[in-house]
Amino acid sequence: MSEPTQQEARRIAEEARDRVRFEEEALDLSDQVYRVARHLAGSREEAEDLMQETYARAFRSWRTFTPGTNLRAWLLRILTNLNIDRGRRQQRAPQTTSLDEKGDYYLYDRLEEAEGKPLDEERVIERLSQDSIVDALAHVPHDFRDVLVLVDIGDFSYADAAQILDIPIGTVMSRLHRARRILKGELAEEAVK
Amino acid sequence: MTGHAFDPCEKCEEVMQPYLDRELDEVQMREAEEHLERCSYCRRRYRFEVSLRRYVRTAASEQMPLGLREKLSALRTPLQ
Repeated sequence: MSEPTQQEARRIAEEARDRVRFEEEALDLSDQVYRVARHLAGSREEAEDLMQETYARAFRSWRTFTPGTNLRAWLLRILTNLNIDRGRRQQRAPQTTSLDEKGDYYLYDRLEEAEGKPLDEERVIERLSQDSIVDALAHVPHDFRDVLVLVDIGDFSYADAAQILDIPIGTVMSRLHRARRILKGELAEEAVK
Repeated sequence: MTGHAFDPCEKCEEVMQPYLDRELDEVQMREAEEHLERCSYCRRRYRFEVSLRRYVRTAASEQMPLGLREKLSALRTPLQ
């Protein structure tokens, strides 16, 4: 009769080891997850709350994670779902009106126009302050910003972003395209004031 | 270049973002590269986009607040 008990004890020990490994790997990614969370949430405080809710849920449901798949994407999927659940937005449909959207080259063209001559691409960036980037990012409507933050700050592929946000890849591409244009429009207004 | 039925710079502007994201297929990638090699207008804008992306990423990257990792670690299931 001691055999099943030993087996059971071994199973429990193995599971505990897997869980600890999972928790450590998730914690090691927390800095990277926070970098994305910071701009998905409206403020540092919200980002911090969101991180804690995300990790609490991740630690509870660690068994649903498939080892060998992308843990950072898995954590961000939990995080974006929680962010939506928190009632961040009244409606999930993307805002389509009153977006002052410009072409892809708009920012460069405006800066060049302000300078009156072809630009030194590296130097012109200095016209944009760190604060202006963070502010401009905050002005991009949520649904567009989520994609922009995942791809441009989180360095996720279009496919990963689609999976995290549970939207088709075509939607990722169109939102990303618009998000970048909106961001550049915001930056241009700021830079040539 | 404007006014033509096919404007290569317009086309380049269109594929610039997926090109930078490395999300174009091989043929589109080669077309974009060939155009960038020939066209200084688009090349300047390409270099600008590369710098801008790098800058946005750096400017928007905030370190995790001190103490948050400890708070997250405290959420782990206690070992029995």
